[in-house]
Amino acid sequence: MLLGVKNIFVELAGKIILKDINLSIKKGQVLILFGPNGSGKTTLIRTLIGFSGYPAKSGEIIFKGQRIDNLSIEERVKQGIGIMYQHPPKIRGVKLSQIASFLSKDKSRIEELAEKLSLKEHLGRDINLDFSGGEMKRSELFQLLLQEPDLLLLDEPESGVDLENISIMGNALNEYLHQKDKSALIITHTGYILDYVKTKEGCVMIDGKLWCVGSPKEMFETIKKEGYGKCQACHDAKRVE
Amino acid sequence: MTQKEWNKNFAEHDRETISSSGMDLTEETRSASFLQQDNQVLFFHSLSEGVEILGTEEALEKVPRAREYYGRTFNLLGRDYPRDTIGGYFIRVAKGKTVELPIQACLFLKAQGFKQKVHNIIIVEEGAQVYLITGCSASKAADEGFHLGISEFFIQKGAYLNFTMIHSWKEDVSVKPISIALVEEGASFISNYVCLRPVREITMYPAALLEGVYARASFSSLVLSHPGSLQDIGSRVILRAKNSQAEIIARAVSLGGKVIARGHLKAENQNVKAHLECRGLILSKRGTIHAIPEMESDFRDVDMSHEAAIGKINKEEIEYLCSRGFTKEEAQSVIVRGFMDVGVLALPDLLKKEIENLEDKTLKGAF
Repeated sequence: MLLGVKNIFVELAGKIILKDINLSIKKGQVLILFGPNGSGKTTLIRTLIGFSGYPAKSGEIIFKGQRIDNLSIEERVKQGIGIMYQHPPKIRGVKLSQIASFLSKDKSRIEELAEKLSLKEHLGRDINLDFSGGEMKRSELFQLLLQEPDLLLLDEPESGVDLENISIMGNALNEYLHQKDKSALIITHTGYILDYVKTKEGCVMIDGKLWCVGSPKEMFETIKKEGYGKCQACHDAKRVE
Repeated sequence: MTQKEWNKNFAEHDRETISSSGMDLTEETRSASFLQQDNQVLFFHSLSEGVEILGTEEALEKVPRAREYYGRTFNLLGRDYPRDTIGGYFIRVAKGKTVELPIQACLFLKAQGFKQKVHNIIIVEEGAQVYLITGCSASKAADEGFHLGISEFFIQKGAYLNFTMIHSWKEDVSVKPISIALVEEGASFISNYVCLRPVREITMYPAALLEGVYARASFSSLVLSHPGSLQDIGSRVILRAKNSQAEIIARAVSLGGKVIARGHLKAENQNVKAHLECRGLILSKRGTIHAIPEMESDFRDVDMSHEAAIGKINKEEIEYLCSRGFTKEEAQSVIVRGFMDVGVLALPDLLKKEIENLEDKTLKGAF
């Protein structure tokens, strides 16, 4: 097991957001996380990476056999966790190339990946400043692939990206995960990413709880047709049984 | 001055201080140089045809019509100015001349308690283009020093002056630059100001008077404020002619000192365009930044705007960099360095690299 989450509770501004979350991700496994807006998906990712304001009130986060819930963000990153933001901040005067050369000493790898993700001219620009939604996502993936984490936490990697770029990003991501046997937790609303990333496991988060677990493609089809109401009904029925 | 003469006349720490204010001691990358220590003009010479450079007093005696320029900008604005100055530089760039390499001037404080008062005159004749870098610095022996620098700029029709001033003082030195630029039709005055080292007090409010149509002025500044420093720094542009343009951009970081960032845009004609931007970062509980942006217009057909933002470093930005593996301290340093990005200044590539290096050197370990 690469990541283990045991009985995690997270409270924000006096409100319990995540309720008794349990999940595990094995080496090479990709877990898809569905759920309506506000259900707690992003909170889970922020808690896993260790952002301030998102501490686990109770429970354990175990990564590579060690508890990491008391570690700082950068210590977790050093252990091999990487995050792709849904809405990354803009930082004036800090160039994308600066972060790229911090993440990788291999200049040709930086060039090659920037070329692949159509980011060459963005390297000299202030990070995320005047980037379009799609450019931000590409820049996030770019940084993450340079960072080479063992576990990728991806928060809606395809939202705001046009179809052509979804394909470029999806293929680059799949190649990385597949060739290097890396793991990921991916939040998706549109489901486009499922066309590119090989995965068998998906789960649904509703109201801060992880519910159904199953085939992500089937789950996504059901959600598309019948909404999350169906998940609720299914869950209630299972509880009665 | 040769390297040998520099070594003979200046101790190593003084040479380092002079370099830190942007002087290229080898002069290889400069088209003309001027150096004044306290009230003595030590040397001046021009390596470029069409660039005249000498001490102001000598110029007033020898250069025809130089007297016509002395005090003229102050008279135009109805302002008085100190007359008890000694030295300063007189620079004239001939009509139509494009000077590729920057001209450099250095005003250096050496003696303990010395009060340096200079009057500079810079004339860029019609259609000429030039970069000028002025470094003002103080020797470590110059305790309780004082510097007053008057500068009058004349940027004639269609000319371009890119003026960079670097202050490299010390904690017990007080400084008062007073400058006015007169910008004629279609001419541009670009002013860059950098102050990264400690100082006791700086008071400056340089002004540009755009008196010709399509005249343009731009003031950019990067200020780092150390504990105990008071930096009252502003820029003012009077847009007197139609279709004139102005921009004022200020970046201030307080490590515990007080910065007053002023800016004043005054539209005195139609169809003018002006923008003022001030951003401040306060890194210490003792630091203060007070932004005072002002805009004035009697006309409706103007496009004037300002934005000001002050605060500490955004936590989200720090955590973003931490999530890429930077430590919190590294992240802070990268963000502050980015905030002080020389890209804010309108510099030619050569000076940009130099000032970036100066920043790297000065900011290393500053926070």
